[in-house]
Amino acid sequence: MKARRKVSILAAVSFVLSLALSAVLLHHIDQLRPRATIEDVLYLNSPKVLKRASLGYGGLLADIYWTRAVQYFGGRNHDSAQSYNLLYPLLNLTTHLDPQLVVAYQFGASFLAPPPPNGAGQPERAVQLMEYGIQNNPNDWKLYYDLGFVYYMNLKDYRKAADAFERGSNVPNAHPFMRLLAAQMAQHAGEFDTARMLWSATYQNSQDKHIRANAVEHLRALRVDEDVTHLQEAVTRFGQVTGRLPLNMAELVSTERLPRVPVDPDGHPYKLTPEGRVEVMVPDDFSFATKGLPPGFEPMPKFHNQQ
Amino acid sequence: MNARVVHIASNTFREAVRDRVLYNLIAFALLLSGAAILVGQISIDIEKLVVINLGLTAVSLFGIVIAIFIGIGLVSKEIEKRTLYTVLSRPVRRWEFIVGKFFGLAGTLVVNTFFMAVGVFAALFYVSHKFVRADALILVALYFIILEFLIICSLALLFSSFSSPLLSAVFAFSLFVIGSFAEDLRGFAGMAHGFTRWLVTGAAYLVPNLSSFNVISSIAHEQPVAGQLIWQNTFYAIFYAAMALSGAVLIFEHRNLK
Repeated sequence: MKARRKVSILAAVSFVLSLALSAVLLHHIDQLRPRATIEDVLYLNSPKVLKRASLGYGGLLADIYWTRAVQYFGGRNHDSAQSYNLLYPLLNLTTHLDPQLVVAYQFGASFLAPPPPNGAGQPERAVQLMEYGIQNNPNDWKLYYDLGFVYYMNLKDYRKAADAFERGSNVPNAHPFMRLLAAQMAQHAGEFDTARMLWSATYQNSQDKHIRANAVEHLRALRVDEDVTHLQEAVTRFGQVTGRLPLNMAELVSTERLPRVPVDPDGHPYKLTPEGRVEVMVPDDFSFATKGLPPGFEPMPKFHNQQ
Repeated sequence: MNARVVHIASNTFREAVRDRVLYNLIAFALLLSGAAILVGQISIDIEKLVVINLGLTAVSLFGIVIAIFIGIGLVSKEIEKRTLYTVLSRPVRRWEFIVGKFFGLAGTLVVNTFFMAVGVFAALFYVSHKFVRADALILVALYFIILEFLIICSLALLFSSFSSPLLSAVFAFSLFVIGSFAEDLRGFAGMAHGFTRWLVTGAAYLVPNLSSFNVISSIAHEQPVAGQLIWQNTFYAIFYAAMALSGAVLIFEHRNLK
């Protein structure tokens, strides 16, 4: 009995020790192997083969591939990668395995369309994905909205954007603003207003907190872009009248008869550089802004940069 | 139902429980609770979908594995242990033995599925914090999964009535895979000509059509299932299982057990 107990204790200690050692070794092995060897491999890239191999359990496999696509995009985005080679194949597999997985089209397009490092810079593929989504879910007006969004924001193709919004407006229960957007696209005037309308619509029509926060960030950045555009025009006007640059923002405000020094959405006043550039005080707070940033400023990549 | 059949069925159920078959529920619970917590953190907007897809797929696959691995031993194990002779020396007919075994295994799977279904609904409540009307559709998917089990059980029993456990497992599993492709097989038959067409069509109707029982994906997207499909699948499963069971009885009746 005593001997048996001794063996049991030894076996238990050996079990715990071996497990701990194997975990430590595995950790070291992982550090030796480059991450790319694991990440950049897609063993099966034919949706048809994969669908057959799923034996009818394609729904679960689609969820797994969707999670993989999210992780892949998140990882590359975090590393500020310039290429997203696996993103479209992963999204393509996901949507062929489960053509009704609407979230994969919506988020997938916003992963694919923006230029790197915020996205894959493949707006044509985003369009391809959305068209496949519409083909399989023709009564989901939000897919037409997202398609129009990509055409407008990334491809600057106002005619096709108008067409997408128009098609979406004909879907039963489509949001009334779809018709409005279609009209706006047709004349593609007031770019800031249109962009604001699109982001406001995105905010109002999503329950996802990431999408809503992202839309708010874009709306803030839009206001900065618009303010800086107007202020920069004022600087040019000042130069044309006086033949020199304004000394500071206060001088510009007084010449333009503005009520006070304009402030950004965070309440910080815009600053005027000696070279006559209007800039925001804290560029990191407006990573989606395209204007008012110091030369060479690299914004931290953020998801869904479609501005 | 015949009292002797009920007796054999309840003994089969007890034996399965004694064999710790229901321990798979622990693995199932861990899998589902782990997924419910993890997916929200590593994916976007598919928590509910994953719970339904993973939950129902696990119910289906766990059940099929149990049906095959228990089913294939139902007859051969009794012969090996020589307990079959004790049973048959009593006033029990061979067909009663086979039918009893079938209902015992089917009962085990229904109980197993019931507990798993409770787990699926609990996980669903955890991720959604409420139930909606469309969640009732999950019951239809579970019902179809049980119908699928009846077919697999009867096939495992059919193979078990004449073959070794290893070969029976291979046959039953192969038929499960082929059954998942049954619609393609009928498609191939449509493309063939002459005798080949008849042959492939015959094969396509002989193998079980399991693809029509798999509505997990559409139910996860809250798409309703046609009432016609429900009753047609019900009768298809009953007739197919009855056919396989009749085959098992036929073989077992003529099997030399000496």
